[in-house]
Amino acid sequence: MSKNWPLWEVFIRAKNGLSHRHAGSVHAADPRMALEAARDTYTRRMEGVSLWVVPSASIVASDPGDSGELFEPAADKIYRHPTFYSIPENVKNI
Amino acid sequence: MYTTELRDKSQKQAAPITAPEDPARLAAFEARVAADDFIEPKDWMPAAYRKTLVRQISQHAHSEIVGMLPEGNWITRAPSLRRKAVLLAKVQDEGGHGLYLYAAAETLGTSREEMIEALHSGRAKYSTIFNYPTLTWADIGAIGWLVDGAAIMNQVPLQRTSYGPYARAMVRVCKEESFHQRQGYEIMMVLAAGTAPQKRMAQDALNRWWWPSIMMFGPPDENSPNTAQSIRWRIKRETNDELRQKFIDVTVPQAEAIGLAIPDPDLKWNEARDSYDYGAVDWEEFYAVVRGEGPVAKERMQARVKAWEDGAWVREAATAHAAKRETREAAE
Amino acid sequence: MRAAALFDYACRLGDDSLILGQRLSEWCGHAPMLELDLSLANIGLDLIGQATHFLKLAGDAEGEGRDEDKLAFHRDVLDFRNCLLVEQPNGDFAQTIARQFLFSNYQELLFRQLCASTNPTIAAIAAKAVKEVAYHSRLADEWMVRLGDGTAESRARVVEGLDWMWRFADELFELDAAIEPLVESGIACDVRKLRPEWDARIARVLKDATLEAPKARRGVNGGRVGRHSEHLGHLLSEMQFLQRAYPDSQW
Repeated sequence: MSKNWPLWEVFIRAKNGLSHRHAGSVHAADPRMALEAARDTYTRRMEGVSLWVVPSASIVASDPGDSGELFEPAADKIYRHPTFYSIPENVKNI
Repeated sequence: MYTTELRDKSQKQAAPITAPEDPARLAAFEARVAADDFIEPKDWMPAAYRKTLVRQISQHAHSEIVGMLPEGNWITRAPSLRRKAVLLAKVQDEGGHGLYLYAAAETLGTSREEMIEALHSGRAKYSTIFNYPTLTWADIGAIGWLVDGAAIMNQVPLQRTSYGPYARAMVRVCKEESFHQRQGYEIMMVLAAGTAPQKRMAQDALNRWWWPSIMMFGPPDENSPNTAQSIRWRIKRETNDELRQKFIDVTVPQAEAIGLAIPDPDLKWNEARDSYDYGAVDWEEFYAVVRGEGPVAKERMQARVKAWEDGAWVREAATAHAAKRETREAAE
Repeated sequence: MRAAALFDYACRLGDDSLILGQRLSEWCGHAPMLELDLSLANIGLDLIGQATHFLKLAGDAEGEGRDEDKLAFHRDVLDFRNCLLVEQPNGDFAQTIARQFLFSNYQELLFRQLCASTNPTIAAIAAKAVKEVAYHSRLADEWMVRLGDGTAESRARVVEGLDWMWRFADELFELDAAIEPLVESGIACDVRKLRPEWDARIARVLKDATLEAPKARRGVNGGRVGRHSEHLGHLLSEMQFLQRAYPDSQW
């Protein structure tokens, strides 16, 4: 069994009305540590209203090439981070 | 920062790719990058792109972590409570930057442990600048002013680098850098306007940190063969010499403003170029430091290896405890 | 008289935070994991912030023109008022956590009371700090459990760390004559009253950590009147060096 701390993805809701946005990742041994690491790493300068941490291995990601062109279907289990969908600034409350 | 292509001359040849890459995929990839599009973690990318990025991002991360040491050296001796708090916050930020960058590198298929092992074994490099010692409090000023100044020059353009996670990490980093350089310059300003010993300290620090800061931008363009490819792939936005020149042009007036002298007898304003001419860089020193022979390279590595090894039982305990917890919870 | 007592009290509060903040900043760049470096630095920063406010209050109360830096960098050991617990060396991570565990649980209970201090400055500092310190004690509690109920090695180390620190717990809950008038006027907190709740918290965490309380022993005190351990002198030499070596300088 690996002695290494697993990777967790961090999502932050900066203020009410906004959705959680992916901020990055941290290594932690357990969920509470992941939350604390996320807080200490990604919310040092702001009051994050809400933090989500998810084991990276739990995230299932779509394949960017799913529209079926030249690329073979990838396994649905990610070993890398999911794509980050950026919401345009002028679209509010999403 | 520290996106210089820090490799030994012996490692300059990229490892041969074992299978030829599909020209259609390659063309599509190049087109996307040329159109200023972002490449994201699950996208197809050439092996060389992935490899170069893993090296560049992880070395950038290593630089932040090792960079905590020269400044960390002075937190307990900071000369006022405010300076102590600001320095601690700055060094903590640097740790945070390392974290963002390790996270970005991991999206490319490497792991924190692999990257740390590469650093500790000497295979991975970090910015040459952190192999110099911080002798006095003025060194802290010089590092903030010059080293962070150089870093900012590198990092601002990287906010639009082609790889999404790297670009986003850079956006975060740049937002946080704003106070780092100002903090350093302010320290130098106060020292330069202070007592005779303080002025001496400030000038001495500038004397020792100037040339290593110039070297931070990496070897001259003629000795950077991968620059063209890195620029095409938007991993690099400007050449080493371009950034170096910009840095000098911006920094010289800052030194003059506080009455400190740049230790370069050949520094001279060139009206025709609208830029400063500067003296010859000692590239032998640079390559020696890249090889691991910097003045305190051993101290830096020893500190990092010790922290990692001494901390093994802590990491193991946390993992063991988490496993026990899970087992208990599953049984309930 | 009142000014001298307030000065003394504000120094105790400020020095506790300052010395512990200084200890934690020694970890910077050397923690077992990068994430932990950030957490320890966070705590250190909070503490240095608290120290700055309390020592400023002390200087103002004294009214002789000493500001927080003068107090931090120019008092000698005999004039520091921190408890002995916070000046103990970091040791290994377990020892550091043991120290944090005992202290932050105390500090959280203390600041909760001080939110109602009749001195508005103390109340304001406490109101802000109590949130910070709640986080510190939670972090320390969790690490006590991870280390106590982790591996055999972590258990052995945390038992040793706790054993090192245990003799300094009693001092936290002692009330001496100098502070009594401040308690009467509502400025200071009667720390003796915090002991039962502190005992309960400590016991709860130790139980989760599958640890026994260290055996009872004679408490060592003296910090509140400047009778410190050997550790403080070294810590101050390092901390105060620049201001002492270059007096009359701006930094």
